Amino acid sequence: MAHYWQEIEALTLRWVRRLSREKFSMLFTLVQPMLFWLIFFGNLFQRAADVQVTQAPNYISFLAAGVVVMTVLNNGLAGGVDLLFDKENGFLERLMSAPIHRSSVILSRFIFVMTITSLQVLVILGIAFLFGVHPATGLLGVAMILLIGMLFGVGLTAISMAMAFSVKSHGDFFSVLGFLSLPMIFLSSALVPLTAMPTWMSVLAQFNPMTWAIDAVRPLILTNWGDALPHVGMAVVVMLVFDALCLYGGAKAFRRAMG
Amino acid sequence: MDRTIAIDVNRLCKSYDGHKAVDDLSFQVYAGEIFGLLGPNGAGKSTTLRTLITLLHPTSGTATVLGHDTVREADLVRTLFGYVPQERAIDRFLTGREHLELLGALYHLTKEEAAKRIAELLKLVELEEHADRPAKTYSGGMKRKLDIACGLLPNPKILFLDEPTLGLDVQSRLRIWDYIRMLKARGMTVVMTTNYLDEADQLCDRLAIIDCGKVKTIGSPAELKVALGGDIVSLTIKETGRLGSLAAAITGQPAIRTVNTTATGLDIRVESAEKALPAILEAANKLDCRLDFIDYHRPRLDDVFIAHTGRSLRDAAPAEETT
Repeated sequence: MAHYWQEIEALTLRWVRRLSREKFSMLFTLVQPMLFWLIFFGNLFQRAADVQVTQAPNYISFLAAGVVVMTVLNNGLAGGVDLLFDKENGFLERLMSAPIHRSSVILSRFIFVMTITSLQVLVILGIAFLFGVHPATGLLGVAMILLIGMLFGVGLTAISMAMAFSVKSHGDFFSVLGFLSLPMIFLSSALVPLTAMPTWMSVLAQFNPMTWAIDAVRPLILTNWGDALPHVGMAVVVMLVFDALCLYGGAKAFRRAMG
Repeated sequence: MDRTIAIDVNRLCKSYDGHKAVDDLSFQVYAGEIFGLLGPNGAGKSTTLRTLITLLHPTSGTATVLGHDTVREADLVRTLFGYVPQERAIDRFLTGREHLELLGALYHLTKEEAAKRIAELLKLVELEEHADRPAKTYSGGMKRKLDIACGLLPNPKILFLDEPTLGLDVQSRLRIWDYIRMLKARGMTVVMTTNYLDEADQLCDRLAIIDCGKVKTIGSPAELKVALGGDIVSLTIKETGRLGSLAAAITGQPAIRTVNTTATGLDIRVESAEKALPAILEAANKLDCRLDFIDYHRPRLDDVFIAHTGRSLRDAAPAEETT
């Protein structure tokens, strides 16, 4: 067990060091495009969005939950990229030929991605706060938002790593990534509530785990615990199923790639 | 030499989607020797090596390292060897020291043990001054030295090197050769893949020539050359269009063993140059081939390679290495 922690600690430290060596990349990681969705999209649609439809005091407070989960989505889907490069340049082979637990590399990646994502979510909530969006359920609500984010992020990161282990080239990886991310956002309740969507889109959106995550985060920001709790409960169940499926697929891809 | 068997590869097969990357491959490596796997890209060297480092499961057959099976006892085997992968397996953002510290933790050394060993290794490969600079600032030769230090960090009994001098300048190559010889002198068993003939010739105590997933021949460079016997006559002619007819005219003549056509001439294995040269010259004259160049020499390792694979290493199609 002590060995296991030693491995995970050293491997996680490597991801942190890599990030800290690229000052620009670190800045862009924290102040990332998701922020622009909140600031520009949120303010741009302030008057175009109907508060009767969004059921929120203003559009930016409605959008905040969507942007939080979009952050989780993008980070999770990109979570396998570094392993992809490790696989391509042989570093992964170097790691895996050492007498380490097979899962250490993967776990270190989960820990790193979840930590960075949580920090980003906090930055987003902080910026939203400056625009007058004050989470209705307080700090405990923020903690719950982070938890939901992590639950969703684990499955997404597992998908990303599974892809990293399965694709033939990194070109394929980024094509699939680019293809997945936007439809996931449009076919969710991130930008408009399901009730305002064309029926066919709202039907598809209900199969998107992202919708369930957003529908739990949104009342935590907008209304109160009483409203939020049933959604939170539902989201946790959906996320656990989602994670179980993704982790199963990820483990299979990993075993196939690593022998 | 100590004839203890360090590595035993027994009837190893590995197929990918029906393609046999390694096909019934067997060889043994003795403790304390430098053993080379020589062959063109795609011959199956890397597949064999990746099986030995436990990262590939054979389709059939077995491989053991110091008596331990690479599949059933993979965890144990991983503690026995050091591995120097093919170029580029460096994290450009980490410093040299950080690479070694990471591996120190992965081999479960304490901080003190690791610090001591890292200091020794940095000194050994002459990277002390550069240890705290990110690896992206390193030259190719420095990266290779760091690679080797990483491979030696676990203080292994066996070191696997994958193409240790691929793409290096001449001086760095010689330096790496020195390290490898020094490791052997310290009693380490070294197994390396290479597609450089001179490297195999200079460095390896014994080598296996591998082509199309099979061992073509195995032995020390000297043994392999002697076993070939006779002399090699090499010639080039101006009228390259007539190479085919010239080869046909020579084939089967007394004292001629085999004729191999290259891009601009012929490599002819003969019983002895004295007996064969007149016949060769006569044939060239008859066909009006003007000789550009002709010489004869004792067999070299590239002649051994040609004799066993039917082509020169340089001509061998650089097919993508199946890993």
